[in-house]
Amino acid sequence: MSELEMTEPAATVTETARRVQARLAARYAAEKRFRLYGIAAIGLALFMLVALFGSIIGRGWSAFGQTMLTLEVTLDPAVIDPDGRREPSALASADYQGLIKTALGTLFPEVTDRQQRRQLFELASSGASFRLRDLVVETPALIGSTVTVRVPARDTVDQYVKGHILASTPESARRISDRQIAWVESLREKGLLERRFNTILFTAGDSREPELAGLWAAVSGSFFVMVVTLALSFPTGVAAAVYLEEFAPKNRLTDIIEVNINNLAAVPSVVFGLLGLSLFLGWFGLPRSSPLVGGLVLALIILPTIIIAGRAALTAVPPSIREAALGIGASRMQTVTHHVLPLAMPGILTGTIIGMARALGESAPLLMIGMVAFVVDVPRTPLDPATVLPVQIYLWADSAERAFVERTSAAIMVLLVFLIAMNALAVLLRRKFERRW
Amino acid sequence: MHVFTLIGVLLALALAGYHAGRSRALSLKTGPRSAGQPAAAAAGGGSGPGPRFHSLPDYHGYYTALWTLAPPLLLLAGWLALEPMVLTHVVLAGLPPEMEDLPADRLRLMVSTIRTLAVGVVAGDPGEALLAAGRRYAELRSRSGTLLSLLACGLAVAGLALAWRSIAPDLRARNRVEAATRAFMVACSAVAIITTVGIVASLLFESLRFFAAVPPSEFLFGLAWSPQTAIRADQVGSSGAFGAVPLFTGTLLISGIALAVAVPTGLMSAIFTAEYAGPGLRAVVKPLLEILAGIPTVVYGFFAALVVGPFLRDSGGTVGLGISSESALAAGVVMGIMIVPFVSSLSDDVISAVPESLREGSLGLGATRSETIRRVVLPAALPGIVGGVLLAASRAIGETMIVVMAAGMAANLTANPFEAVTTVTVQIVSLLVGDQEFDSPKTLAAFALGLVLFVVTLLLNVVALHVVRKYRERYE
Repeated sequence: MSELEMTEPAATVTETARRVQARLAARYAAEKRFRLYGIAAIGLALFMLVALFGSIIGRGWSAFGQTMLTLEVTLDPAVIDPDGRREPSALASADYQGLIKTALGTLFPEVTDRQQRRQLFELASSGASFRLRDLVVETPALIGSTVTVRVPARDTVDQYVKGHILASTPESARRISDRQIAWVESLREKGLLERRFNTILFTAGDSREPELAGLWAAVSGSFFVMVVTLALSFPTGVAAAVYLEEFAPKNRLTDIIEVNINNLAAVPSVVFGLLGLSLFLGWFGLPRSSPLVGGLVLALIILPTIIIAGRAALTAVPPSIREAALGIGASRMQTVTHHVLPLAMPGILTGTIIGMARALGESAPLLMIGMVAFVVDVPRTPLDPATVLPVQIYLWADSAERAFVERTSAAIMVLLVFLIAMNALAVLLRRKFERRW
Repeated sequence: MHVFTLIGVLLALALAGYHAGRSRALSLKTGPRSAGQPAAAAAGGGSGPGPRFHSLPDYHGYYTALWTLAPPLLLLAGWLALEPMVLTHVVLAGLPPEMEDLPADRLRLMVSTIRTLAVGVVAGDPGEALLAAGRRYAELRSRSGTLLSLLACGLAVAGLALAWRSIAPDLRARNRVEAATRAFMVACSAVAIITTVGIVASLLFESLRFFAAVPPSEFLFGLAWSPQTAIRADQVGSSGAFGAVPLFTGTLLISGIALAVAVPTGLMSAIFTAEYAGPGLRAVVKPLLEILAGIPTVVYGFFAALVVGPFLRDSGGTVGLGISSESALAAGVVMGIMIVPFVSSLSDDVISAVPESLREGSLGLGATRSETIRRVVLPAALPGIVGGVLLAASRAIGETMIVVMAAGMAANLTANPFEAVTTVTVQIVSLLVGDQEFDSPKTLAAFALGLVLFVVTLLLNVVALHVVRKYRERYE
């Protein structure tokens, strides 16, 4: 009897222990799964980051090279300067295209058929004649001699040489013909066709021809926009931050301003574009597509960022600094300008740089105010029509040619380099000047 | 351009004013000693030999510079703000009488033509009267520019002279300079409010003009969107349909996909970094996730249009799904990746803010960590997480470049993520980019869409900030 009494609970205990064990295994499994979900989430985000960078670098790195064609061009005086007066206007308007064609023709004398010759001439970029023209206008003494010039090859040739267009594709499906491929191969054997570093990409403005399109106009446009943005938003933002943090009485008005700033920080940037369109272009009649208007709009967009960062940096300055300054007789304004502001400056600058990085990557509001212009000329003042790097990326991404895909990726890489540099500067500033009180 | 030169001249004058004021204060202070009046030092009781000054010489310099710079700059700002209106009025008054009685929208179009003519751009044949008006406008503007420059420089010199003369030992220069600085700071703080007012005013103003042509009920509840209106009155073409419902559903669809990607990913990353990862891993993973927030949206757009879109189309093709290359799915997924860091950093903050005692209590009762997180930490952090998700939703709705580049233009009323849909922001951009006349319902529709966008995102933000703030107060 007593044995029975002893075994009965013992059985339940083992049963309970077994159940607990089973339940515990399930709970530990759930714990592991949960952990895995977390790792998977981070893995997914990082995978997308890698995929993004990988696809852009993979597509873009080849754009930093450009296939160049070496040509022996005879600068025939009868073509360039028939009257022999060496007038700059005559020199500038001569038929250099014809000279290039002659030079190409002498390389392949067997090509006589009209249509074939036209295909042959397509190997060189239409920008080749401009190179020749610049050379002649610069040193007219060359006329009559034979010069060796290196001119960009057409984008189709370039893409073929880079392996983006394959000879195995059916001829009708690619933009370079079998005959052209044969010429390209023969030129390659002669060493007249080579890939060199793509300087055009960094020195030219936009162009309809991919091999002539460059980023310089967009980079200078971005530069002017950034200057205007910084000149407007930094003083305004710092002054507003100082007022709100150090001087403003706590009342309804400052409350409203505060809520307002927080809300402005989250207003979609297209809405700022609409404001710029109707206010700066419509009302003030400022020039369309100009960096001035772009800078104004971007300044309004990043102003909340600067104010919020500025206030955070000012709050971080301990009250003892203010009390000490006030104690030895400084006015409140002197306290702020001589002591508090200099101590908060690294933090404010960090916030400003991060805001400027955001402005540099911003494109949607600039589309509204006409900065999508096709800009060949490099802007010289903040009032010239201009475009900016991200908008240039948008424009190139819209173009159909395969060569523009490559260039778009290269432009993105340039933009990312600028952004990384700015963010690195911000991090450095923070590391170097951050003070713990 | 003359404005920049003028500002340069004014700045130079201000610099001169600073030096003039400062040196006058200095010379007044040291002057009496050179004149041989040592008694003044004793009378002043100060450190200097001259009369005792209320303010330091520097402040007298600033004071003079302020008087040199501020009045002409105010004049300049007012002048530039009013100039277009006054000039337009004058030029219109000089037009032949039959042109004066045009309806308001034609008049506005004519004004913009005159303005472009005045800059020297002649497009087509505007007619003799308009050409003359353009010339007159340009002439008046150059005259007004000259007048402005003269007036501004005169004001600057006068201000300099007056301030310079008023420098005296008992001039409270520091207080005045500080008051001016303070006024400047208040004005800068007001910029935020002015911006909001400007946004609301311009959106409302243009939207009201749109709603004069298209009734609001049709805009808000109409099911067809095709904004291609006839550009000329006599042109044969569609009259345009402005029912924005397809845009709203398209926006909701893409934002919904984005949130479906971003919320689980962001939340789980935040939980892992906040609760499981050690400080070393955390220091690596968090900045890496933040990189996603720093990439420009145009880059995401390119990624969505050229990598994700074609990839989804091809993989859909292999399993027999017809996925459009401009599908809502591609744009939504990439947008989701973009807003992952918003969700994760906001959730990380609120999860870290949950008091440690709650976790310890739960762990002490024998709960595993995941049970603690799911049953204790997440419910406690829920309001903050909801706030973060709302902020992310407002980002997704307002996002432009990704959808412009990766989503379509066709206003399909569908909930199928494999089809192309269009969004409010895409339509705003496509209505306003390229050649268009400024006053057709087509362009005004963009402002009405902008108004809807502004109101919706504002509501989301207000609610989100309220929720987050309330939550923070609870544990502080």
